[in-house]
Amino acid sequence: MRHALLALLSGGPKYGMQLKEEYEGATGDAWPLNVGQVYTTLQRLERDGLVESNDAGEDERQRDYRITGRGQTELENWLTTPPGPGSPPRDELTTKVLVALRVPGVDVHDVIQAHRRQIVELMQQWTGFKQEEAELDLPFALMVEAELARLQAVVKWLDVADRHVRRAAKKPAQAPGPKLRRRVVVRS
Amino acid sequence: MNRSPVVTRVHLIEARDVAKSFGRTPALRGVSVTVSPGEILAVMGPSGSGKSTLLHCLAGIFVPDLGEVWFDGQRLDTLGEAERTRLRRTAFGFVFQFGQLVPELTAADNVALPLLLNRVRRRVAYKTAGTWLDRLGIGDKGANRTGELSGGEAQRVAVARALALAPKVIFADEPTGSLDSLTGVKVMDLLTGLAREAGTTVVLVTHDAQVAAYAGRVVMVRDGLVSGDLGAAGEQVSVAKSAK
Repeated sequence: MRHALLALLSGGPKYGMQLKEEYEGATGDAWPLNVGQVYTTLQRLERDGLVESNDAGEDERQRDYRITGRGQTELENWLTTPPGPGSPPRDELTTKVLVALRVPGVDVHDVIQAHRRQIVELMQQWTGFKQEEAELDLPFALMVEAELARLQAVVKWLDVADRHVRRAAKKPAQAPGPKLRRRVVVRS
Repeated sequence: MNRSPVVTRVHLIEARDVAKSFGRTPALRGVSVTVSPGEILAVMGPSGSGKSTLLHCLAGIFVPDLGEVWFDGQRLDTLGEAERTRLRRTAFGFVFQFGQLVPELTAADNVALPLLLNRVRRRVAYKTAGTWLDRLGIGDKGANRTGELSGGEAQRVAVARALALAPKVIFADEPTGSLDSLTGVKVMDLLTGLAREAGTTVVLVTHDAQVAAYAGRVVMVRDGLVSGDLGAAGEQVSVAKSAK
């Protein structure tokens, strides 16, 4: 959120409430924001010298924030820098499928299919937005496409996972081998 | 007995315990599915799941080994070949992944052809073809041979051809299978949008969740059986937009 606020401030000075509204508009109203979160983030940005504000005393609502030169540089660097290397993000669905492998009496195939069904239903709903509103506003249209692309990728992963699970089920059971410790890091 | 009051009242299409094998390989092992008038139904499943065989049975292209297929109150699987052909020509439109257009003919010829076969007057057939090509956004391609069109344009011609007949049902088998993702989305927008507008029922078969998501209802097929039936999509996506 830090960089999203810097991006909004790059268009000119703004109040906290104004930033909240513009952030929600810019993300197609899909990510509602708590105004308290906005003020906390602004205070941290100010502490780091990336924004500055007028002196409005105790009343945070009257405080007008503007981006600093350092903030502008930080924003430009962030926009063009790919997300850093690191372990795959911890995702709840992935965790559930991985955990299901270890729970006795749970059919992992059923777990996968249950999630797959729910995701296809979600995709139906998001696709419905596209069909209902012929002229989607640009931020919301992008949000819909982002969500559809994300969900489609999840369905693809579930299909591949299901294939692996089915293949593994056909193999004779093996005694557990030595435990491998792997740290997966994707380097850019 | 060739009539079913239940079928005529509620469903436009119904398959009851349909089984179909090819040699010793079972493709469908007792599938029951219903399609309501005006519904857009996706049959979704991996390769070899039997989904295309189901579509072919519903469309009267294949005759099931066991079970019944009903269309508009009429039992389809017991009809003779000539009668099923007549139904396919007059009541059904088809969109396939490949090979449905005559590459040597122009886009307008391809769309007009089924109309001409149904004895529509030439002038009317070509006027209708032009209207549908316009609606699919390729009105300027009418004089182009379909063999010279891009994959997306050719598939739009196929959709125009299917819709021009004003069929009761469009059967689409992997309609975007040969297209890139963006073109596929465009074709699906047009196919489902125009079908909804015309009140045409659509049965589409796909392995692609993004394509299936265009349907109001999704039936999952696996190993020749229905493994799930997602009802009509609700409105529960919890984004602020839905509250606007």
